[in-house]
Amino acid sequence: MYRYDEFDESFVSSRVAQFRDQVRRRLSGDLSEDQFKPLRLMNGVYLQLHAYMLRVAIPYGTLNARQMRKLAEVARTYDRGYGHFTTRQNIQFNWPRLQDVPDILAELAEVEMHAIQTSGNCIRNVTADHFAGAAADEVADPRPYAEILRQWSSLHPEFSFLPRKFKIAVTGAAHDRAAVQVHDIGLQLVRDEAGSIGFTVFVGGGLGRTPMVARKVRDFLPETDLLAYTEAILRVYNRYGRRDNKYKARVKILMHETGLDTLRADIEREFEEVRSGVLDLPKAEVDRITAYFAPPPFAQEEAGDADAFAQALDSDPALAVFAERNLAPHKAPGYASLTISLKPIGEAPGDASAEQMELVADLAETFGHDEIRVSHEQNLVLPHVRRADVPEIFRRLRGAGLAEANAGLITDIIACPGMDYCALATARSIPVAQRISERFAASGRQQEIGDLKVKISGCINACGHHHVGHIGILGVEKKGEEYYQITLGGSGDENTAIGQIVGRGFSYDGIVDAVETVVDTYLGLRQSPQEDFLAAYRRVGDAPFKEALYGTA
Amino acid sequence: MQADIYKENGFSIDDWQLLEEDQAVPTEPGRFLVSLERFVAAPEAFADLREIAILVRAGDDVTVLAPHLDRFTMVAIEFAAFSDGRGYSSARLLRQRLCYRGELRAVGDVLLDQIPLMRRCGFDAFKVVHEPTRRALETGHLAEVPLYLQPAARPDEQPAGARAWARSPVGLAR
Ligand code: HEM
Ligand code: SF4
Repeated sequence: MYRYDEFDESFVSSRVAQFRDQVRRRLSGDLSEDQFKPLRLMNGVYLQLHAYMLRVAIPYGTLNARQMRKLAEVARTYDRGYGHFTTRQNIQFNWPRLQDVPDILAELAEVEMHAIQTSGNCIRNVTADHFAGAAADEVADPRPYAEILRQWSSLHPEFSFLPRKFKIAVTGAAHDRAAVQVHDIGLQLVRDEAGSIGFTVFVGGGLGRTPMVARKVRDFLPETDLLAYTEAILRVYNRYGRRDNKYKARVKILMHETGLDTLRADIEREFEEVRSGVLDLPKAEVDRITAYFAPPPFAQEEAGDADAFAQALDSDPALAVFAERNLAPHKAPGYASLTISLKPIGEAPGDASAEQMELVADLAETFGHDEIRVSHEQNLVLPHVRRADVPEIFRRLRGAGLAEANAGLITDIIACPGMDYCALATARSIPVAQRISERFAASGRQQEIGDLKVKISGCINACGHHHVGHIGILGVEKKGEEYYQITLGGSGDENTAIGQIVGRGFSYDGIVDAVETVVDTYLGLRQSPQEDFLAAYRRVGDAPFKEALYGTA
Repeated sequence: MQADIYKENGFSIDDWQLLEEDQAVPTEPGRFLVSLERFVAAPEAFADLREIAILVRAGDDVTVLAPHLDRFTMVAIEFAAFSDGRGYSSARLLRQRLCYRGELRAVGDVLLDQIPLMRRCGFDAFKVVHEPTRRALETGHLAEVPLYLQPAARPDEQPAGARAWARSPVGLAR
């Protein structure tokens, strides 16, 4: 995993000192709230409904036990004993006091963490596949490139006042777990015929009130051009992106209004000017950064391991269900990536208590080569565990209420903070997630339904990714009441699609029944249990669901 | 007149006069600031002015100035709002792509926390009217992170550490 050198350390601690000074000037009145706002946002400090919120970056979702323990300590000391893991591989603390934030940041800096550019109209925390470096299906580990982009974009002098926020995601596998096509720039690692590494580049994806799937601008961008090409995209966007209306300011709108061919030509023209200069990535430098992400020394699989594991599964049905849902294939024999669901039935998605964070830290140290990941599904992952250790890990997780065997199932819901925390919300989202989760909790039932992604946003800004939920739920307000619109067929993988609205919305009381109607309809029409919800929806379209929900196909 | 032009060596008086859009090209000597739009529409109209500077507004394309750059003593880039970052790209293009060497001045909504970024994009003069910013600059209090993670337009920066893209200010031991 990446380690700070002296330069990084000084950089982050100077940034803390700078922010401390900005807070001081805000409190003394030298800075107005309007002037302070972009400065605090650029360091992850939001003003929410009840208090300030601090969003800390977990770059490309990777952290170690020491960092996780620090997050637990911050939760305990400055918050109410818990933190909230978000869909953007960040953690949010909902109750810090503004005057404490510099101290929190100083503590985080001790463990090589920061809140730089977790918000604001700048290049945000770069995200990546949560199984990076472990997944059996990956071309190469995306994290070295995400780290290079993180560094290059930090306090970028030209791109700190963009028209709007700018999000970059990188996936190392053809099966996209990082939702790259709904980002401003999505990068997919590929190899050309000669076996050299490069990127397929997508531009102009985004959710929010105008969801758009990114367009491909390059089939193959050589590794060495990564920064030059990114700078070219950003410069074109900074100069030509709309600034007259913040709802039309994302690069997706520029793409839409300019057209793919013209925008691509603009980017390529700018790239011609920038390339073969100081931004070329020297191979040696890429190798140096990549070395930080070298796989840990995996243990050899012992002769009896596989049998012992199979026996453990046979003798403990709960463990078997857990293994079935929460383990993902690993590149090393005898290993798996283990998902720790932060969606216990009836709880707020993504929340973890300080004690739970500490347990995860312990498990990572004992069984997981000291690595933890945060997924954009708001779960935690131990990317490298021996299958033989899974029974013991499961036992310990169960003791802490963290052994929900629901990864990828209907109760593994993504939900934004909604009305419970967010000043922009038009409806509650967490309680809706909790009620859906309770409704489908009987484990047998969710198993029977199979893969199904439910995503809930409390307003049109779509922080809960509802547009790419197989079932998406959007909370809106109508005449003082909460209403929930259902979209179907969305997907955030390599076949990214924006879900379609099925019809008029449902009340807060009616939404859970409506979801159940959709699910029952699916169960009734699927060709086999292997045909998951999305596949069935793509086969039959929305007519049967409309019929079931409204009686009007 | 208030001394509100801040440069490396402190504050000085702004001795440039803005030529309003409907104002005739003056015949008397003086230092005149002309909008990019007006200048580019008829560059020959300003042939007799000894000293001329250009005012670049946020939406302007600075690359159209390329053939005329040696005529300008100064280029001023306007930030109508500090949150509008187009001026940063204009500055880098002028300095790095067009190799403009004269004074590059930031005018408009120029605030303390943006000045270090502006400098890195090639600005070397700042018109500062925000009182707390003036006070801070007078006491040499520039709230900066003096380590950079990308090459930019300031000439006095040197490669730092192992990385190809890291920089630090010349003169800062590191
Ligand atoms: C509670 C305070 C929050 C506020 C005020 C807020 C605000 C917003 C706004 C205004 C947008 C729309 C941006 C646009 O369309 O240009 C947005 C989008 C988004 N937010 Fe949040 N958000 C909050 C919390 C969160 C949380 C907790 C998460 C992660 C779980 C999150 C993840 C996202 C994502 C993924 C998007 C979609 C980005 C896109 O359009 O591509 N936000 N947020
Ligand atoms: S979707 Fe709306 S309600 Fe939910 S966090 Fe984002 S801004 Fe708030």
